[in-house]
Amino acid sequence: MSYEQLLQYVFSGITNGSIYAITGIGFNIIYNTTGIINFAQGEFLMLGGMTSITFSRYFPLPIAVALAVIVTAIVGALIDFLVIRNLKKQSILFMIIVTIGLSILLQEAALHIWDEKVRSLPFFTGDEISSINIFGAYISPQVLWVVLICSIIVAVLTVFFKYTATGRSMRACSSNVIAARLCGINSKNMITLSFTLSAAIGALAGAVVSPITQTQYDCGTSLAIKGFAVAILGGLGNSIGAVAGGIVIGLLESLSISILPLAYKDAVSISILLLILFVKPSGLFGKKEISALKDF
Amino acid sequence: MNFKKFLTVSLSLMVSLFIGISCGDKGGNTIKIGALFSVTGPASFLGAPEQKTAQMLVEEINAKGGINNKKIELIVEDTAGDANKALSLANKLIKENKVLAIIGPSTSGETLKIKELCEKEKVILISCAAAESIVNPVAKYVFKTPQKDSQAAMRIFMTMKDMGIKNVGVVSSGDGFGKGGKEQLEKLAPNYGVTISISEVYDAKATDLTGVLNKLKGKNVEAVINWSIVPAQAIVAKNMRQMNMTALLFQSHGFGNIKYVKETGKAGEGIIFPAGRLLIADKLPDTNKQKALLIKYKTDYEAKFKEDVSTFGGHAYDAIIVIVEAIKKAQSTDKDKVRDAIEGLKDVVGTGGIFNFSAADHNGLDIDAFEMITVKDGKFVPYEKKK
Amino acid sequence: MNKKKYYPLFGLMAFIILFQLFSSFSGKEFLLIQLTMCAYYSMVIIALCTLMGYAGQISLGHAAFFAIGGYTTAVLTTLNLIPDKDNFFISLFNSLGFLSLRVNPYGIEILHFSPWIALVVAVVITYVISFIIGIPILKLKGHYLAMATLGFGTIIYRVLLGGKIFGEADGISDIPEFNIFNLLKINGDNADRIENYYAAWFIVVISMLLLINLIHSRVGRALRSLHGNEHAANSIGVNPARYKLFVFTLSAVMAAVGGVFMTHFSGSIGPGEAGVLKSVRYVAIVAVGGMANIWGALIMGIILNYLSLRGYLGSYDEAIFGVILVLIMLFTPDGIFKAGNFGSIKNFIFSKIFKKA
Repeated sequence: MSYEQLLQYVFSGITNGSIYAITGIGFNIIYNTTGIINFAQGEFLMLGGMTSITFSRYFPLPIAVALAVIVTAIVGALIDFLVIRNLKKQSILFMIIVTIGLSILLQEAALHIWDEKVRSLPFFTGDEISSINIFGAYISPQVLWVVLICSIIVAVLTVFFKYTATGRSMRACSSNVIAARLCGINSKNMITLSFTLSAAIGALAGAVVSPITQTQYDCGTSLAIKGFAVAILGGLGNSIGAVAGGIVIGLLESLSISILPLAYKDAVSISILLLILFVKPSGLFGKKEISALKDF
Repeated sequence: MNFKKFLTVSLSLMVSLFIGISCGDKGGNTIKIGALFSVTGPASFLGAPEQKTAQMLVEEINAKGGINNKKIELIVEDTAGDANKALSLANKLIKENKVLAIIGPSTSGETLKIKELCEKEKVILISCAAAESIVNPVAKYVFKTPQKDSQAAMRIFMTMKDMGIKNVGVVSSGDGFGKGGKEQLEKLAPNYGVTISISEVYDAKATDLTGVLNKLKGKNVEAVINWSIVPAQAIVAKNMRQMNMTALLFQSHGFGNIKYVKETGKAGEGIIFPAGRLLIADKLPDTNKQKALLIKYKTDYEAKFKEDVSTFGGHAYDAIIVIVEAIKKAQSTDKDKVRDAIEGLKDVVGTGGIFNFSAADHNGLDIDAFEMITVKDGKFVPYEKKK
Repeated sequence: MNKKKYYPLFGLMAFIILFQLFSSFSGKEFLLIQLTMCAYYSMVIIALCTLMGYAGQISLGHAAFFAIGGYTTAVLTTLNLIPDKDNFFISLFNSLGFLSLRVNPYGIEILHFSPWIALVVAVVITYVISFIIGIPILKLKGHYLAMATLGFGTIIYRVLLGGKIFGEADGISDIPEFNIFNLLKINGDNADRIENYYAAWFIVVISMLLLINLIHSRVGRALRSLHGNEHAANSIGVNPARYKLFVFTLSAVMAAVGGVFMTHFSGSIGPGEAGVLKSVRYVAIVAVGGMANIWGALIMGIILNYLSLRGYLGSYDEAIFGVILVLIMLFTPDGIFKAGNFGSIKNFIFSKIFKKA
C-alpha cells in the first residue's frame, strides 16, 4: 500500500469517525442529567437535517441552520414535557423502550410531513467536487466543518458541565436525583433543559453532516446505532471519550476495508466494540468505580 | 387472571380480529387488480412513485370508461419492504380479494418470496423488481416489466469496449438490486474483454464511501461501475470527485431519477449509464414510437404530484399497460386466458421500451430498450460516442 | 399444586379452536394464514418476555436468534448434495436417513438434509452461540447490555447479508416442506392450511406450558428474586449468572425454533428477519403486553402482528405502533393487561351497555 493510499484510508476513517463522534456526543447530555440513553437521538439529527434543508430554501444557510436548531430544540423540550416528565416508571428498561417508541414516532412523522425522498444541504464551503489536498490525499472541506463544530461542541459542553452552576446541577441529578432535589435543584427543569440541549446539538450535527451523508426520513436509526456505540466505547457521559471513540471506530472501519470486504465493515467494528466491553465494561475512558456506583 | 376472564378476552379478541373484514363481492362489474408496493420502509423511494403512478393511471383508464366496459379496482397494499409481510398480503389479495393479477412487489427479495405462491395459485404476477431470477427460470404466471440486468450490463460493457476500457472496479449496494447486477457484471465481463479487478458491496445506508473507493483507486481501475438503486449512489459520485479519482463512473439503470442527479450536483457531470428513454423523452426524435407516451406520462405525473418523474414509477406504469392490453386482447377476465394473452403481446409501447412477450421471455424487452445516457449541465442527455 | 395457572392455557386453546371453526364456517379460512405466521412470531415474543420480564435482561438482538434458526434450516435443506453423493460422509448420512431427496418446481433433483436434522442442528447451533455470547454479555448491565445485544444482532445481520451461502440480500428461497411423520406438513400450501394452523399453535401451546411451569418453579422464583435485587438473591444462594444464562439460552433456542418452522411455512427467508428493526419491534411488543406478563405479551403479539400482516394499518403501520407504545408507557407501564386495567375497562364497557339499555 502506498503512503498516499494509507493516508487516504486515515482520512476516510476520520470522515466517518467525526460523523459518529458528533452523533455520539448528543447521547451524553441526556445521560449526564438523567442517566438514561435517548434512543431517539438519531431522529434529532434527522429533524435538524430536514428542517434546515427546508429553511435553506427561504433563508441563507447560517440562518436556516439556526432556525432548524431552534425548532428541533423545541421538539426536544416538548418530548420531555409531554412524555418523559409524565412517566410513571423511570427504570432504564422503560426509558429505553419509551425512547424507542419516540424514535419510531418522529421517524414516521417525518415521513408523512416530508416524504421518502433523499435530500441534502449544500456544502458549507465549496461544492460537491471541491476537496483539500493534504500530503497527497484528499479530504472534503465539509469534513473539516464537522471536525470544527464537533470540537466546539465538546469544548463548550466540557466547560458547561464542569464550571457552570447549571451544568453542575445537571450532573448532580444524574448521580442522585433525591440528593439533588434536597440541595434545591429543580430536577424536572434540568431534565427538560437536557432534552432541549441535546436536541439542539443533534440538530446542529444533523445539519453539518447532511452534505456528506444526505438526509432521509429514516437516516436517524443507523446514525444513532453508531453514535450509541461510540458513546459507550468512550465511556458514557464523557464527551471527549465519545470523540475519541468515534475516531477509533472510524479508523478501525476504514482500515478493515483495506483488507476485508466492505460488507463486513460493521461486523468488524462492532465485534471489536463488544470485545472491549467484555474486557472493560465501563468503556475506554469511563472510570470503573463510577460505573459500578451507577444504578442501572 | 382467571379462566373466565381469559375466555372473555379471547372471545373479544376473536371478534375484534374479524372486524374490519370487508364482505367483498361487489359483483362482477370491476376487474380487481392487486398491487404490492413498498410505499414506506427502506425501499420507499421505489414504492412511493410506483403507487402514485399506478393510481394515476388506473384513474385515467376508469375515467375513459375502463376496459371492456369494466372499471378497474386497484387494491394497493404497503409491504414496507418486509418479505414476510409481502407474502401475507399476497395471500390476502389472492384469497380474499380474489384479484386477477398482482402488480409489484417493488423489490427482488419480496418478489422471489411470492413467486412460488403465485405460480401455485395461478395468479398473474407482474413484478416491478429487477432481478433476473424473477423470470429465469420462467414461471408460467410470473412476469416483470423492468429491463433485464444482463442487458444493462451488456450495454455498459459495449460502451466500454468502444472506449477501450479494460480494467474496472465494481461497487454495488447490499440489496437485491445490487446483488443481481453484480452477478451479471461478473458473468458478462469476460465476453467483452473487461477485467473486474475488484468488486465490493456497500450498505444501503452508507454515509461515506471514500474508504472503499480508495481501495478501487489502489487497483488503478480505469472505470468504476456502481450498481445500486439506493440514495447512497449519489455519495459514490461525490466521493470520487472529492478524492480526485480520474476513473470514469458508470452507473446502472437504477440511476434513473433526476433527483439523484440533483443530489450529486457538479459531481454528477459525465456519469454514463443505461436507462429507458423516459429520462430523455423530450430529446427523442419524433419518429420514436415511445415518445408520445413518455411525454404524456412525464407531464401527467409531474403536474399531478409536483415532483420529478422517475423510471421506477415507469415500471408500475408498464405493468398496468401490460395487464390492460392483455385483458383487451383476451376479451375476458379469465386468469388463464389473460395469462396466455400476455405471452402473445407484441409491440406494446411502455415507458421502459417496446414489450414483445413470448412463452420463453416473460420480460419482453430487448437490449434496444436501453439508451446510453450521460449527465451534462445537470441534465440527462443521450450519450454520443466520441470519435 | 395450584392448577389455576393453567386456566389461561385452556382459554388459548379454546380461542384457537373457535377461531378455526368460525373462519371455516364463515368461509374466511384465509385468515388462518396470518394467524399461523403470528404463532411463529409469538415464539420469539414469549421467549423474549421471559428473558425481559422474569430475568430482567433486555435483548435488542432477539431477531438474530430467530434468523439463526431460520437460516440454518434454510441452508441445510436447500444445499444440494448430489455432486458429492459418493463422498463417504454423505453416503453415511444418507444410509442413516439424515438426507432426503426431492425434485424442485423446475425439475432439478436435490439431495439435502432432512428438516429434522436441520431442526436439531439449528437448536444446537443456537444453544452454542447463545451460550458462548451469553457468558460475557450477561455480565453487562443496563445500557451496556442493550448495546451488546444490539451489536450482536447487527453482526449476525451483516454476516447473513454479506455471506454468499446465505444468499446475500435475496436470502434463500425454495425451501422444502417439513414433513412430520407423513401426518403433517409444514408448508404454505393452501390445502394444508388448517393443519398448519394447528401445528403452529400446538408448538406455541407447548412452549407456553413449558414457560408457565418454569415461571412457577424454583427457577422462576429465583428469577423473580433476581429481578428484584441481584445482590440479595446472591446472598440467599441464588447464582445469578447461572440462572440468567439458562433463561437466555432457553429463550434464544425458543426463538430459533420459531424461526425454523416459520421458514418452512413461508418457504423462504431473507436477511430482514435479523434486522435491528425487527428486534426492536419484538422488545416493544413485549413492553406493550406487560413485561412480566407472558399472557399479555402473547395477546399483544397476536393482535399487533395480525393487524400488520393483514395490512389494516396501511402506511401508518409503524406510526400507530409507535403511538401505542408511547401511550402504554405513559399510562400503564405494566402493559395493557395489568390487573387494574381490566376492572376499569370492564366497568367502563358495562356502564356504557347498561346505560344504553
